[in-house]
Amino acid sequence: MYGKGLRALSIATVAAIALALALVFFFAPLDADQGFVQKIFYLHVPLAITALAGFMVGAVHAIRHLRSGDRSHDARSYVSIHTSIIFGVGVLITGSIWAKASWGHWWVWDEPTLVSFLIVFLLYATYYPFRYAIEDPERQARYASVFAVTAGAFVPLNFLAVRLAESLVHPRVFATAEGGMPPKMWLTFVVSLAGIALLWVTLVKFELTAKSASAHLSRLRRALEPA
Amino acid sequence: MSAASPPVTPSRDAFVAILAKDLRSELRTLRSLPVMVLFAVTTFVIFRFGLDRTSLSGSLAAGVLWATLLFAAILGTGRLFVAEREEGGFDAIRLAPIDRTVLFAAKATALLVYLAALELVTVPVFAIFFLDSAAPLGPLCAVLALADVGLAATGALISSMAVNSRARDLLVPLVLLPLVVPLMIAATAATEPLLEAGGPAYDRFGLWLAVLGLYDLVFLLVGYAVFDFLLED
Amino acid sequence: MPALPLDEAGKYVAGAYVVFVVLILIYVAIMAAKLQRLERELRELAGFAEQRSGRRDSREATRETPNRDPEVTAVAEEMRR
Repeated sequence: MYGKGLRALSIATVAAIALALALVFFFAPLDADQGFVQKIFYLHVPLAITALAGFMVGAVHAIRHLRSGDRSHDARSYVSIHTSIIFGVGVLITGSIWAKASWGHWWVWDEPTLVSFLIVFLLYATYYPFRYAIEDPERQARYASVFAVTAGAFVPLNFLAVRLAESLVHPRVFATAEGGMPPKMWLTFVVSLAGIALLWVTLVKFELTAKSASAHLSRLRRALEPA
Repeated sequence: MSAASPPVTPSRDAFVAILAKDLRSELRTLRSLPVMVLFAVTTFVIFRFGLDRTSLSGSLAAGVLWATLLFAAILGTGRLFVAEREEGGFDAIRLAPIDRTVLFAAKATALLVYLAALELVTVPVFAIFFLDSAAPLGPLCAVLALADVGLAATGALISSMAVNSRARDLLVPLVLLPLVVPLMIAATAATEPLLEAGGPAYDRFGLWLAVLGLYDLVFLLVGYAVFDFLLED
Repeated sequence: MPALPLDEAGKYVAGAYVVFVVLILIYVAIMAAKLQRLERELRELAGFAEQRSGRRDSREATRETPNRDPEVTAVAEEMRR
C-alpha cells in the first residue's frame, strides 16, 4: 500500500541530490565573507527547513488521526516525526560544524535559529520515551497525536521567543541571508532544498512500507502459526 | 435541547465543583503546596552557596527566581491528576453528562491557584534573601500572573497524559521542560530589567508580556482542543 | 568574519557533508537489517503455509469437502517461485 511509487521517488531523490551537489561545488559562487565554508549552508539550511516542515506534517497527520481514529494516520505521524528527528541530528551537527568554521566555537548561543532548533529538537526527542511509557496501544497512539499537535503549536512560538531574545548587539553568525543572495546561490539553494525534501519523503515512505509489511507479517503469522 | 436528552449539568457548575473539590482536598491533605514551598526556599539557599553570592540582581536574579519557580511548579504538576487516577475520577468524568474540557479548565485553574500560593510565599522570601528593595515586586506580579497561566495550561495538559503512563514521575519534567522554554525566555527577559541593581527598568516590558500572553493563549487553545481526546477510552 | 584559507575551510565543509552521508548510510543499514528480518520471517511463515496445505492435502483424502485457505496457498506459491 505504501510502497507504490517508491522506486520513482528514490530515483528522483538521487537525481536531485546529485544535481544539487554539482551545483554546490561547481556552480555556486564563493561567499564574500565566509568563503568556502559557506557551502555548508546548502546542506544545513535545507535540512533544518525540511525537519521543521516534517514536524508540521507530523502534527497534521496527528490531527487527522484524532479526528478519524484511523491508525494509519498515527503511523504517518510517527514516521514523519521520526525522520525529522534524524534530520534534526544532522541539522545540529552541521550547524555546529558551521559555527566552528566561521566563529571558532562548536556552539554559539547567538544564532537564534540554531538555538530555537535545539529546543524544538529536545522537545521532540521526548516523543519516544513519552510514547513508549504508555502501555495501551490505542491510548498510546492517541496521546502521541496530542503530543504531536502540542509540539506543532510550540514550534512557531519558540522561534518567536528565541528570536526576540537575541541580543541586538551580536551579529548573526550565519550571515549569508543578509543582503540578499545572488541568483546563482538562490538556484543552488532551491535545488538543494528540493533534494533534501525529496529525501525526507523517500525515507518516510520507505519506513512506512517497512512498518506496514511488518504488520502484515504479524497478522499472517497469527493466522498460520501451527496450533 | 431536545426533550429526550438527559439534563446536562451546566459547565460552570461542573467547573466549580471540580475546582472546589481539588482545592478542598489540597487544603485538607496538604499534599503538594508545602513540598513546593519548601523545595523553592531550600533551592534558594543552595543557589546562595552554589553561586557564592549573598545578593543578586539583573539576569542572575531573574534566572535563579524563575528556575526555582519552574522546578517547584513541576513538583506540583506531577501530582495534579494522581487523585483522579487512583480514585476513578477519570471514569466519573467520562460518565458524567458534562463537557469533558471542564476537567482541563478546572485542573488548570487549580494548578494556577497552587502556583499563586507558591509565589505568594516564595517571592517575598526571595526578595528578603537576595534583593535590596521591594520595589520591583509590584510589576513582577504582572509577569508572574501571565507566566502562571501558561505553566498551568501546559502543566495540566502534560500531567493528564503522564498520569496514565508507566514512568509518570519522570515524564512530566521530561516533556514539560522543553515545552515551557519560550515561557521562561519571556519571563526572565521581562524580569531581568526589573531586578537591576539601580532600580527597576522596563526594557521591552510590554513586548515580553505580549509574548507571555501569546503563549498562554496558544496553549489554552491547544489544551481546550485536544483534551477531549485524552479522556476517550 | 574573515574567510578561512581554502585548505582549512575544505575540511569543515567535507566534514559536514560526510556527516550527512554517514547519517543516510546508518539509516540504510538499519533498514537493511529490518528487511533481512522480514525476509526471514516470511520464509518461516511460508514454511508453515506449506505444512498447512500439506496437512490439508492428506486430510482431504479422507474428508469430503476441501478446505483450502487461499491466502495460505498463495503465500506458499509465491515463496516457491
